[in-house]
Amino acid sequence: MELLCSLIIGALVAASVYCILRRSIIKFVIGIAFLGQAVNLLVFTVGGLNQGAPPIIPADAKTIIGSYADPLPQALVLTAIVISFGLLVFTLALAQRATKAVGTDDLEAFRKTDS
Amino acid sequence: MNSLQIILPVITPIAGASIALLLPQKAKIQAAIGIATFIATCLAALSLLITTNEYGYVKLELGGWQSPFGISFVADRFAAIMTMVSAFLGLSISIYATGDLTSTLLKRWYYPLTLFLVAAVNGAFLTADLFNLYVWFEIMLIASFALMTAGGSKSQFEGGFKYVAINLIASAFFLVGLGLLYGKMGTLNMADVALKLSVSPGGPMVNSSAVFFLVAFAIKAGLFPFFFWLPASYHTPPISISALFAGLLTKVGVYALIRTNTLIFTQEADFLRGALIVLSLATMITGVLGAAAQYDIKRILSFHIISQIGYMTLGLALFTQTAIAAAIFYTIHHIIVKTNLFLIAGIIIKKTGTDQLGKIGGLYKASPWLALLFFIPAFSLGGIPPLSGFWAKFALVKEGLEQEYYWSIVIALVVGVMTLFSMTKIWGEAFWKKSPDNAKPMKRLKHKWSLYTPVVAFSIITAAIGLYSQPLFHFSNQAAAQIMSPDSYIEFALPPEYVEHIRSLDNISIETPIAAHSTKTATNQ
Repeated sequence: MELLCSLIIGALVAASVYCILRRSIIKFVIGIAFLGQAVNLLVFTVGGLNQGAPPIIPADAKTIIGSYADPLPQALVLTAIVISFGLLVFTLALAQRATKAVGTDDLEAFRKTDS
Repeated sequence: MNSLQIILPVITPIAGASIALLLPQKAKIQAAIGIATFIATCLAALSLLITTNEYGYVKLELGGWQSPFGISFVADRFAAIMTMVSAFLGLSISIYATGDLTSTLLKRWYYPLTLFLVAAVNGAFLTADLFNLYVWFEIMLIASFALMTAGGSKSQFEGGFKYVAINLIASAFFLVGLGLLYGKMGTLNMADVALKLSVSPGGPMVNSSAVFFLVAFAIKAGLFPFFFWLPASYHTPPISISALFAGLLTKVGVYALIRTNTLIFTQEADFLRGALIVLSLATMITGVLGAAAQYDIKRILSFHIISQIGYMTLGLALFTQTAIAAAIFYTIHHIIVKTNLFLIAGIIIKKTGTDQLGKIGGLYKASPWLALLFFIPAFSLGGIPPLSGFWAKFALVKEGLEQEYYWSIVIALVVGVMTLFSMTKIWGEAFWKKSPDNAKPMKRLKHKWSLYTPVVAFSIITAAIGLYSQPLFHFSNQAAAQIMSPDSYIEFALPPEYVEHIRSLDNISIETPIAAHSTKTATNQ
């Protein structure tokens, strides 16, 4: 399972890098979306993937013996998903306005504010 | 010491922003709420600073969850003084904005957004949890995105997009570093991570996280080679916004670098420190050269932010108590001086109607007081004694000589001279040169009081730090002493029995997440 997740993360990052390096602004936004997904999956995976092992301490014990599904990475990922979703929507809106302001969605034309 | 005080500099601006969003959107009402909230925030930050100075540390465990399980806030002297400076900066700029911004901006979003921004910056300074730091960074980002594009001019959308793009990538790097660190250590409480690493060095496993953090914070701080977003975007929004960014945002990156590299990643630090020295020197040189090529006031000042950041990280890279103290002193001095220069540039642009140095002239004759007000921060930035910048550079150079980093010192001094060159360029062009023939007649300023009050206040502070630098230096030194003894931070932030338990384990296996987790659960009794 970890191996599969690692491969998916790798593929997502590769796709996102490819998209980010394209010249079109909308492809850049798609690349950022991929990157967000890849990172979320990574945080989820490094927490350890354990099936059917809820983090509940048995009534007659003081601690869990053996491995369990760690709830914290899931909580972290949930927060990160919400944040990346909000930022993505903002970026999309900004990309639309920026495209209108510059007159093209070619990032080569975004050079006026550089020095 | 446990205290609710620590949360006030974060809660107050959030409350003020919420109220401002609810109340009628009229410029006067919004400005009144904004300024009143910033005054309250300043008082909260001041009381925190006084308490921290007295007790050394202040902490708060949110929701009563004991560290390392809950999210906690810990203030040491460094965090407290940064909070104080950011609150004061917010107050000054909120006064300046009443005279600078158009009423559409003032009516609607300016004050809530700046309040959220300052709240997030304070949260980032005070939090003791890495994931919480990430969340504050994101709040800061979204507020700064909105401010960066507020007003909606063409160049703002263009520059804003670059700013947004690079910051999203930086956030992704930060989150990857966080995720990997959690996988290895099973915790994200800064003190807990530091404690576990001190018992069992993670080696190359932890260095990967350290480098991810370094890249993420270097992008935010504007270190070489990640700074290109800064001069491409900081000159586009109105001055009240870019001054706030120039003063505050990059310094949050510097703060995060100092915090993580002195508290957490101290075991295998030589490797990172070598990289940091090279990055700092390259940052100084490229920043100052970029500034030398510009003839637009805002762009010159933007490039100087970059070159000055190099000095702060050089202080971190030298990694002795005096060097860190110099870095802290430098950061505080820089926030005050740089914001002031942006505000003065705003006045110059308002008066002359342009930011191109070629089209400006004769300001010395037209307004000698403005010339004096510019003189103080500009030559402080260049490092002319007895202004504050001189002492900041002096401390850094002295420590560099003692540590025998001669090349770094040579570069730092040369960059100082070139900074002075840039400042004299602005001085010569805008103030001493005769007004060019095709220049527009100078306008009379409408809101003199609100524009000049913050500038005068900042200039007085700069001169005061310069002439009487001992108290601030003493404070920076104490703050650096705290930073250089991470054990005292760990012992303060975590319960003593927990620290003892972890230290009694002679080797925590941190190769697999499961092992790290079970040590965590084992102590949860």
